Amino acid sequence: MSAAPTPPSEEELPTPAVQSRSWIPRLVWAVPIAAAVIGISLLIRNWENAGPRITISFLSGEGVQVGKTLVKYRDVAVGRVSAVVLSADHQTVMVTADLSKDAASLLKADTQFWIVRPRIGVGSVSGLDTLLSGVYIGMKTGGSETSERKFVGLESPPALSHGPRGLELQLHAARAGSLAIGAPVYFRQFQVGRVIDENLLPNGSTRVIVFVDAPHDGFVKPVTRFWNASGIDVRLGTDGLNVQTESLAAVLAGGIAFDDGPAAAAPVAAGIPGEFTLYKNETEAMEPPDGDPRYVRMRFAQSLRGLEVGAPVEFVGVNIGSVVAVDLGYERQDKSFPVIVTAKLYPRRMGQAYEALAAQGKTESEETLVAFVGTLVNRGLRAQPRSGSLLTGKLYIALDFLPASPRVAFDASIRPLELPTVNGTFQELEAGVGRLVKKVNDLPLEQIAADLHTDLKDLHETLNELHSRVLPNAEDTLSALHNTLDSADRTLDVASPLQRGLTETLSESRSTLQAVRELADYLDRHPDALLRGRRPQKMPERPAALSSDAKP
Amino acid sequence: MTAFKQSLELGLIRCRTCGLAVSRASLRMDRRCPRCQSRIEHRTPLSTEMTLAWLIAGIVFYIPANLLPVMHTSGLLGEVDSTILGGILEFWRSGDWDIALLIFIASVAVPFTKFIAIGLLLLTVRKNSRWQQHQRTVLYRIVEFIGYWSMLDVIVVALTSALMQFQVLGAAEPRAGIAFFCAVVVVTMLSALSFDPRLIWDRRA
Repeated sequence: MSAAPTPPSEEELPTPAVQSRSWIPRLVWAVPIAAAVIGISLLIRNWENAGPRITISFLSGEGVQVGKTLVKYRDVAVGRVSAVVLSADHQTVMVTADLSKDAASLLKADTQFWIVRPRIGVGSVSGLDTLLSGVYIGMKTGGSETSERKFVGLESPPALSHGPRGLELQLHAARAGSLAIGAPVYFRQFQVGRVIDENLLPNGSTRVIVFVDAPHDGFVKPVTRFWNASGIDVRLGTDGLNVQTESLAAVLAGGIAFDDGPAAAAPVAAGIPGEFTLYKNETEAMEPPDGDPRYVRMRFAQSLRGLEVGAPVEFVGVNIGSVVAVDLGYERQDKSFPVIVTAKLYPRRMGQAYEALAAQGKTESEETLVAFVGTLVNRGLRAQPRSGSLLTGKLYIALDFLPASPRVAFDASIRPLELPTVNGTFQELEAGVGRLVKKVNDLPLEQIAADLHTDLKDLHETLNELHSRVLPNAEDTLSALHNTLDSADRTLDVASPLQRGLTETLSESRSTLQAVRELADYLDRHPDALLRGRRPQKMPERPAALSSDAKP
Repeated sequence: MTAFKQSLELGLIRCRTCGLAVSRASLRMDRRCPRCQSRIEHRTPLSTEMTLAWLIAGIVFYIPANLLPVMHTSGLLGEVDSTILGGILEFWRSGDWDIALLIFIASVAVPFTKFIAIGLLLLTVRKNSRWQQHQRTVLYRIVEFIGYWSMLDVIVVALTSALMQFQVLGAAEPRAGIAFFCAVVVVTMLSALSFDPRLIWDRRA
């Protein structure tokens, strides 16, 4: 090999070496650059994904573990508890959780959080998975526009956790009955929803919020009636014993059923109002709507013992209202104490009659209605207390046409409307019974008793006389009669001489009669005997014939 | 040590493939071994640069490897994402200090040792230092030797994920962190491989 000088070769060589190889090995720098890019992109993504940090306060942090307890929305983890501390006043537990970025939009002012624990109720068993996996924090987003980062957790899960599609309705009732949250809602014995909340309103009535799930919410119409289907409905009717219940769960946990109201019922409002009345039972629910009550007042000049608040008011036998108050009034003029009965009437309960009246425009306004009542009063409409039951003596108010009643003036200006009254039939009955009793009282019972007594005394004396004077004579007479009969008996005995003589006599007379008959016979055959006397008797021919026959 | 002569001083280059000693002057422009046609270099070209690149990549990868979870276990008792450091702490707390120590050495101590060692080697070579040349060579050999031991973590995760598949009762899945950790091990090994230990002994003006 040539011994080329070292320096020039060193200077020569690097130049092509750099040119030919410089960029391929330098590609190695792509590796740390790529690493950095990946790292930075991860960092950016992480930072981007870093969701909101929220704080939820609970009364108890039972089972909540830092770093392990998840926050779940629709059973999907959207965050994790990062800290659990006591609040400053030590009253609540502040749970801090880091949520993923996509969960940020779920954090509304009315978003709800609750700790999911195993729960066993009458209607359902839930959260069993948390027995092993530990609790998690459930989450339900709200519909509010404002977002929020601090929340107050619920102590029990909401009945609706995942906002399913359906219809939320408010039911108003005087009392909630035995309804529990989660109690089923039935439509024709199908469970279509459940009670999600119930609360007491400031006015003392209860409000039950139910949720009807989506495919079935179409069954809720403006005419729908809701009623409490709790427990068992046992009714004894003309068709026998009728036991009705929605389901066993409804018996235990209570329930609500709904169905279309009566077909004749007018819609309450256009569209779904979202608020309904919760009736006590199906019968009550299915009655036609009562409409607004109208109050009337009645004065009775008689005792109304047995008339209670709530007693029915019947118009021609149809229940159209009830008594709301029974008061004692005072009339100055005649210093009497009339009983003033206030009743509320539901004109709509008159049914077809009401519709007919409405068609005539009688119900349009207060004035027309009152005028119509005035004509009715003129035709003899009267309020009358009647006995509803003879056993209990309970009264009801009957509005009936009594044309025979005296005419009264009808004042249409008084409010509430005052209806003329007549006294109750039960008083007439009472009066009749009184008159009867009086008549009985007027009878001269004592005198009758005295006369009767004298008569009886006389009778007694007569009998005494009979006993002392007539009876001994009679005894003698009887004795003599006895003797007579005795002797007669002896005379007629078979062995007595009379009897024997009589028998002989009879025998003799029979012989005599036989002889006479023979004579008569003879004379009949030989009438000449009377003159010539009796001929000697001829030999009979017959024996001769017999002997001649025997000879040969 | 200065008594040793270096090949360059003798004008010779040793072919790394067939061991032929070639005089520098006889090399042609294409710098191939006259016997085996392998490329002949006096020193691995751009060795320090490549080592540095791989090292930086390793360090960069090491960050997400530690931050991201390496394994996800789910079972009846919940779901847990575990990171390397978190796992070590958990083992330590639960009393399994030996396992904790093993994982610590494999996944923290070894990579750090490699970073520091390679960094030190690069620095000294760049400075042309004559300091502890022998020990530095030993250090290089150690780095080369322990390189793949960090794969312990990767193997643990791979085995656990493969074996622990009981559906609802329990399941383990690898997570992104272990891929980065694997990358760290591979990249640091490449880094060590790129380093030409002969540079330790080079004396340049």
